Amino acid sequence: MKVEQISIFMENKAGRLAEVTAILKESAVNIRALSLADTADFGVLRMIVDDTVLADRVLKDAGFTVGKTEVVAVEVTDSPGGLHDILEILREKNINVEYMYAFVQQSGDKAVMIFRFDDVDGAVTHLSARGIPVVGGKRLYTL
Amino acid sequence: MIYDMEFETLPREALEAIQLKRLQATLQRSYATVPFYRERFREFGVTPSDIRSLDDMEKLPFLVKQDLRDNYPFGLFAVPKENVVRIHASSGTTGKPTVVGYTARDIETWANLMARALSAGGARRGDIIHNAYGYGLFTGGLGVHYGAERLGATVIPVSGGNTKRQITIMKDFGPSILTATPSYTLHLAEVAREMGVDFKELNFRHGIFGAEPWSEAMRRQIEGDLGLSAVDIYGLSEVMGPGVAVECHEAKAGLHIFEDHFIPEIIDPETGKRLPPGEVGELVFTSITKEAFPVIRYRTRDITRLIEEPCVCGRTLIRMERISGRTDDMLIIRGVNVFPSQIESVLMTISEVEPHYQLEVDREDSLDILTVKVEISQKLFTDEVRGLQNLERMIAKNIKEYLGISAKVRLVEPKSIARSEGKAVRVIDRRRI
Repeated sequence: MKVEQISIFMENKAGRLAEVTAILKESAVNIRALSLADTADFGVLRMIVDDTVLADRVLKDAGFTVGKTEVVAVEVTDSPGGLHDILEILREKNINVEYMYAFVQQSGDKAVMIFRFDDVDGAVTHLSARGIPVVGGKRLYTL
Repeated sequence: MIYDMEFETLPREALEAIQLKRLQATLQRSYATVPFYRERFREFGVTPSDIRSLDDMEKLPFLVKQDLRDNYPFGLFAVPKENVVRIHASSGTTGKPTVVGYTARDIETWANLMARALSAGGARRGDIIHNAYGYGLFTGGLGVHYGAERLGATVIPVSGGNTKRQITIMKDFGPSILTATPSYTLHLAEVAREMGVDFKELNFRHGIFGAEPWSEAMRRQIEGDLGLSAVDIYGLSEVMGPGVAVECHEAKAGLHIFEDHFIPEIIDPETGKRLPPGEVGELVFTSITKEAFPVIRYRTRDITRLIEEPCVCGRTLIRMERISGRTDDMLIIRGVNVFPSQIESVLMTISEVEPHYQLEVDREDSLDILTVKVEISQKLFTDEVRGLQNLERMIAKNIKEYLGISAKVRLVEPKSIARSEGKAVRVIDRRRI
């Protein structure tokens, strides 16, 4: 029930992001979600794509440093408190959210959030046990 | 004022006679007590008794930094350990420092030579000397300190750093002589300005600045900003420390070498051949009075030329021009010697593969800023910003720990460091000295 995310190290330079998107476009890789974390000197681009293996290969061939990380996609009720209920479960179990961002596509009438936890397996277990829908890779890439 | 009138104004013949006698004694002693010298001389088929004139020195083998490293820590000491009263060390090329030792008499000699140097720079008995060279393993602080006391001046052992407090001390104690690295001196001037203190209104008359290369332009800036007369001082711990050579404040045209203690030669760094007088080449020193750590034909890697013309100050000692460069890749950052290979060994401890790196040196607010750019690799990469920042911090911490200098560390993309002929350009020094 985990999802593979690819991440890329990038210096804060104009046009760098466009180089990444150009490579993916050329290889017909579709970006499904993306977030950019930045510092003064560098940034980390994180993406969910529809073909992780291909994206990983073409980006590495172009000289980028590519990391693969397991993240969790969680369905969040699109109403007040939807996100809070999920975070509350994690707090009880003392699981830390390293970072999170939103998925572009909804899953039915629910929003989808991408989470990176310090304890991925624990998070999946506890969320599933409490009836919180976790979206698997295959379904997510094709939402 | 000339501190040691007799020895600093010797006629050439008398000086050379003294040099030869002292050289022969040094060679005999080193040969008898230091296995390294004995073996090296044998390899070259030379014995101390073959050296009958100063020109015969050419028959002697050179001593290089690597020899010091191979004999770490005390292998080149020429006296029993119980006769060594002081140890100093400077950074080496592999994280191992260069260790030097002094007998009580060496400390005595050093104090006398530093008294000469301070005196040449304009200091005299009764002056208050604000000594902002670092105290510790570095020879600068203590070297100046003992010379100042020998001269009969009042020394303030303030060392480096804590700049605001230094300005307060300058205001309250009224020191008349400043001793520091030239870049720290400019930093002092800036901090004083920020504190609303005008250096020109302080009591300073003279400054004796060294431990790093600086230029005529920088001298003009220091003299203009601080309202004092500035001279250059030269030394290196392998040879003794500060006080090997110094400019006189009368001429400020080249540094007088204390030739009754150190014999200078200029060689072609490629061939090792001695160059004719006045030619530019690598400076080589032989110590002829040191007991604990004599050096015979030590290659300094510093580039300069010797000036034989007489000087207006009356000293007959030969002069060397300011150091114009190095024959190796050593950088001097805030007075600390740094070799790219040292940074390399620090980086190696962090990842098993050697990362590509580049050193950038800038001067901001007259202080040297070292930036270490490290190319990120698959192995070092993590998708968490915090992890990457921790990596930057850890590298900086290790550099500080091993080399004693603060550096900014910047992670950069793979292949972003320019390579010429496949080799990365390791150093970009943007300081305009």
